[in-house]
Amino acid sequence: MSFLSNLISGISLGSVYAIIALGYTMVYGIAKMLNFAHGDVIMVGAYICFFATMRYGMHPIIGVLLSMIVCTLLGIVIDRLAYKPLRQAPALAVLITAIGMSYFLQNSAQLLWTSSPKVFQSVIGNGSIKLFDGALSISYVTLVTIVVCIVIMIGLVLFVNKTKIGKSMRAVSEDKGAAQLMGINVNTTISLTFAIGSALAAIAGVLLCSAYPTLTPTTGAMPGIKAFTAAVFGGIGSIPGALIGGILLGIIEIFAKAYITTQLSDAIVFAVLIVVLIVKPTGLLGKKISEKV
Amino acid sequence: MKLKTMNKTTRSNMITYAMVIIAFVIVQIMLGTGNISSRLQGQLVPICAYIVMAISLNLTVGVLGELSLGHAGFMSAGAFSGIVVASCLSQNTSNEILVLVLSMLVGGVVAAIVGVIVGVPVLRLSGDYLAIVTLAFGEIIKGIVNNLYVGLDGSGLHISLIKNTLQMDGGKVLINGPMGLTGIPRIASFTVGFILIMVCLFVIFNLVNSKSGRAIMALRDNKIAAQSVGINITNYKLMAFVISAAMAGMAGVLFAANFSTVVASKFDFNTSILILVFVVLGGLGNMRGSIIAATVLTVLPEVLRSFSDYRMLVYAVVLIVMMLATNNPTLKNGLNLAWSKIAGLFRKNTEKGEQANV
Repeated sequence: MSFLSNLISGISLGSVYAIIALGYTMVYGIAKMLNFAHGDVIMVGAYICFFATMRYGMHPIIGVLLSMIVCTLLGIVIDRLAYKPLRQAPALAVLITAIGMSYFLQNSAQLLWTSSPKVFQSVIGNGSIKLFDGALSISYVTLVTIVVCIVIMIGLVLFVNKTKIGKSMRAVSEDKGAAQLMGINVNTTISLTFAIGSALAAIAGVLLCSAYPTLTPTTGAMPGIKAFTAAVFGGIGSIPGALIGGILLGIIEIFAKAYITTQLSDAIVFAVLIVVLIVKPTGLLGKKISEKV
Repeated sequence: MKLKTMNKTTRSNMITYAMVIIAFVIVQIMLGTGNISSRLQGQLVPICAYIVMAISLNLTVGVLGELSLGHAGFMSAGAFSGIVVASCLSQNTSNEILVLVLSMLVGGVVAAIVGVIVGVPVLRLSGDYLAIVTLAFGEIIKGIVNNLYVGLDGSGLHISLIKNTLQMDGGKVLINGPMGLTGIPRIASFTVGFILIMVCLFVIFNLVNSKSGRAIMALRDNKIAAQSVGINITNYKLMAFVISAAMAGMAGVLFAANFSTVVASKFDFNTSILILVFVVLGGLGNMRGSIIAATVLTVLPEVLRSFSDYRMLVYAVVLIVMMLATNNPTLKNGLNLAWSKIAGLFRKNTEKGEQANV
């Protein structure tokens, strides 16, 4: 029974990683950049929700919506100020700018909200479902996280494949120049991608802090890196890949903690990633890119 | 040899050597006359270590053209192995310089071995996938060192992983898991740091100007073309990567020997990123730029200490603005225009001055 309970908490943690990884993978697919500040947008989202619900006593749903709106705006502003001027610049320059943005968000958060940890009370409630005569208990947070992840994933796949905006997103990720010639506004599409990714980051932040209730300005950093590896693990640029990568990473992490050793769980997660990338160099669902001379 | 008759590369290299030597002499004079704050004095050895880290990473990122996000892992491997050796040796000999040099060599060799272990699988990948795997290796090294226990007593070294199961009679614990290195002999000195910088510069400049260096740069510029003229990709990639790792290991020993305790989490992802920032701000493939960037960006937060709360915020803003100013075409042209106008203003003034003199 403990195996099943570990599996479920692994899937739950993996769902959070998957939601964060979606933000990475979409931005990478379209703008071909690693948005290092993504992890810190998660942290901002969690703080907004914390203040809305705990300080000002708003309803949790309003708190989550508010944090989504703030993060969406933040994502667009970051893109406009820092990344848009560098669309033609070399990839490393954009990477360093993203790192600068990440430092900026962390340190702003530290100034605004101090570095003392805040205790985040779950927006979902602390109850749990008992199955098999109480041998297996699943908390509401775990269930809601998994459900939210599935809903987001289905919604996003439909959005990208069925709507006009989704089609333009796919076109931009395929070939920016050709998309522009077809009358697609590339900059708006990229901004929209940042907006969606950041809104997802807000949800991930709330879910993450509901499960692991300590909130500090660096809360987003490590999950950010893990989600980034999850995105690469599944094949960066691929939406189903982010889901699979995220969930596998979560399961591996929880199993490593439960059955091998807590201290080395991160090392084991990364070791699995390396093995996968050596066997399949573009991730699980990544497209193979043939080199042209 | 006259400066003018040298070819361009040699002249540029000589200027870099001269810059480091002059900086060293100035700092030594300032140390002699006591014109240097104690806080900055404490920063001297870390600055040297960071400079070596920056130029070694520049070899991987700038010359080889592969993004590495786990350079601090090599620093960690070097620091921990080197300091264990230093601790063992310093019980038998009192010659600090000898102990430091030997431990640096050991640190460099260990980091190079780790570099080979990492490099063989990693260098098969390319681009962002390579970057993420180096990041992963950096985290793995950190995770392992964080759970490593090493003790020294009469019967030799004791090593255990994850749990502290050292069975020692007396002696002392050298690496104490998450507490890191303890009781480090503080043998690092600014002079040794300066010599290490010079040696690393010498190695890198000569490598870049050799046949191997040209092969490595050919790989960076066009892999397929390089392959088609018979350059062995894996060998040359591995060569640059391992040399870079060995230098990082030596820098790690220098860095650690400056403090009495060092924890493994000091060499984490953030440190790797910090070094990468030095390299990119200084200019890819430009060693002089790396040296200047590493120095300025290490001193900057100390200078900004009077702002205390805001210093990291200012640092972040400086970073973003620098990248925008150097990479955005509109801003760059604007700056160039402004610069040429200012320069023109001065030129006119001096011309007028000269005319007046006549």
